[in-house]
Amino acid sequence: MSSRTIIGALIGAAALALSAGGAAAQQQKLKVGFIYVGPVGDHGWSYQHDVGRKAIEKAFGDKVETTYVESVPEADSERSIEQLARTGHGLIFTTSFGFMEPTLKVAKKYPNIKFEHATGFKRAPNLATYAAKFHEGRYVIGQIAGKMTKSGTIGYVGAFPIPEVVSGINSYFLGAQSVNPNIKLKVVWANSWYDPAKEADAAKALLDQGVDVVAQHTDSPAPLQAAEARGKYGFGQASDMERFAPKAQLTAIVDNWADYYVERTKAVLDGTWKSQDLWGGFDSGMVVMSPFKNMPDDVKKMAEETEAAIKSGKLNPFKCPVIKQDGSEVECKGTGALSDEQVLGMNFYVKGIDDKLPQ
Amino acid sequence: MRFELTPRASISALWRALAPVLAFITAFLIAGLVIWLMGRSPLAAFQVYVTQPLSDPWALQEILVKATPLALIAIGLSYCFRANLWNIGAEGQYVVGAVLGSWIALRTHGTDAGLWVLPAILLAGIIGGALYGLIPAFLKTRFGVNEILTSLMLVYIAQLILDYLVRGPWRDPKGFNFPQSVTFDPAATLPPIFEAGRVHYGFVFALIAVLVTAVILGRTLFGYRLRLSGDAPRAARFAGFNSKTTTLAVFGISGGLAGLAGMSEVTGQIGQLQPSISPGYGFTAITVAFLGRLNPIGILVAALVVSLTFIGGESAQIMLKLPLDLTQAFQGILLLCVLSADALVSNRIRFVVRGGAK
Repeated sequence: MSSRTIIGALIGAAALALSAGGAAAQQQKLKVGFIYVGPVGDHGWSYQHDVGRKAIEKAFGDKVETTYVESVPEADSERSIEQLARTGHGLIFTTSFGFMEPTLKVAKKYPNIKFEHATGFKRAPNLATYAAKFHEGRYVIGQIAGKMTKSGTIGYVGAFPIPEVVSGINSYFLGAQSVNPNIKLKVVWANSWYDPAKEADAAKALLDQGVDVVAQHTDSPAPLQAAEARGKYGFGQASDMERFAPKAQLTAIVDNWADYYVERTKAVLDGTWKSQDLWGGFDSGMVVMSPFKNMPDDVKKMAEETEAAIKSGKLNPFKCPVIKQDGSEVECKGTGALSDEQVLGMNFYVKGIDDKLPQ
Repeated sequence: MRFELTPRASISALWRALAPVLAFITAFLIAGLVIWLMGRSPLAAFQVYVTQPLSDPWALQEILVKATPLALIAIGLSYCFRANLWNIGAEGQYVVGAVLGSWIALRTHGTDAGLWVLPAILLAGIIGGALYGLIPAFLKTRFGVNEILTSLMLVYIAQLILDYLVRGPWRDPKGFNFPQSVTFDPAATLPPIFEAGRVHYGFVFALIAVLVTAVILGRTLFGYRLRLSGDAPRAARFAGFNSKTTTLAVFGISGGLAGLAGMSEVTGQIGQLQPSISPGYGFTAITVAFLGRLNPIGILVAALVVSLTFIGGESAQIMLKLPLDLTQAFQGILLLCVLSADALVSNRIRFVVRGGAK
């Protein structure tokens, strides 16, 4: 059939183009590419990665050129990643869990290009992974919430019940419980990383149920704004969202990718880049709390002390024993606390959360 | 003063053929103007959007990959739309087809089940999509429920079923509890047409669907029945055509093709089940079906054009740093221009002065 031969010719030519793309990557100026799952204007997750991208441009000036592709659907991302690989990018960051398999596939095809995948667990000689221990920050905001609530019920807007979100909810609750033993937590799932309307609805549903402090693990400022509109409290997600809710934001857990991105870009420029797995928290500077505001001095002091204790390693949000909802104790696989693997794969609620984890 | 559209007595075949071409030119002129107003070169944008993808073998291949599900679904939808039945739920039929087929893939995972696996998976995909498509058809024929609403609502049910499965029973036990299935075995993977390429056999299925549909619509009684029940339902009834069987048939075909598209995408492209397996192909295909004027060849061309705007838009983000919003706006402009051109070919604009005779 003629279409078969045409396609055959196309693919032969494609192979040529591939090798040409590889050659282009050897050029002097390093091109650094980014794949974002949301729009850069989400003011949360993708926005914060873009802050990191701009930091690379600032740090290396005309030695680098950066590119991003935004709102890339995860199931359709392989082509977008390969587009970057083919257009001479030497270092490519894919910044959502769902990009894992496609990144791995493209990385295998382009062994000379360095890839960095955020929040995943599959690596290759030219594919590193990195993530941040956001649950450390969530323990701090949990304590603040436990102190600030008047109704005794706090809320949480979750994106999807994946381990990263679940461990955040547990850490938040354990923090709150540590200062307020009778605290109650309500969780609403938005089933989206970025959907301001749904996120706001979720927050309003919580506020209607008597929640007066709303934490969120979705990317837009909408839940925080909903709290602001009702005169309640909330926390910024991924970036400092104070300008969206000056009265409601108590603090924000800021993802600071900038230092890491600059460091890894430098490694590629110096020729010292190696595949690795980095999971950084307060100590690495990857997770930062924005200024504590709208709270009494004693709460502020407590939050600062907790932050310092986690940073120095004195306090671990998941120190043993950790008790599951059914009352059973989780096997302690780390030293005095749950191991990294246990936190990374967490799929249970801790005791005291009066809700059922969607399974 | 206002204007009014009145149907033309005779429609010029020449204009009918020229309409899409003019629509494209107009759309590019409008988009070019926007790009120029943004301070960029419209010529460079045209180069990146259109010329480069069409002259680059890799991009051409990607266009075919993206056009595959769009064409398959849109071909199916054309059966419904021709019969004036509004299946808005192809996205759901796509998902259910993929789910039913994946069930076989997961059950045979890790076994050395033979060559029958892949055909069985694809067949299950077709059956799953068809059965799911038959639900709104049954509700319509039996109870007179509006099929637009039911087919659309069933999309969300399908997506949540998939979501439940990949978070629960079908979750990869070694995947750190992340919501995704295991990656399928090679026996359950739709191979690329040529080694190391990305175009999989789904594209061949799309071509077959186009050819078979062209034959059915042009040369069979069933095709005639479809056209008639769409254009003149009363005449169709007088002729003794049963509208209920037509409804069931077109929803079955449409759902089956959407299911095949879903299964091809999962086994040929994604390689596993995830909470989301479509960036909205089932909805984009509605646009594709109308851009192609419900004609099989037209739909194939429209699917390729819509894919081109996706790929070109991505290149524009990478090469020219043009925002994604511009791509989306351009797709909207293109659709508006095509529909307007069609309307103007079959209608005349009349200016009516206020108070003037009707």
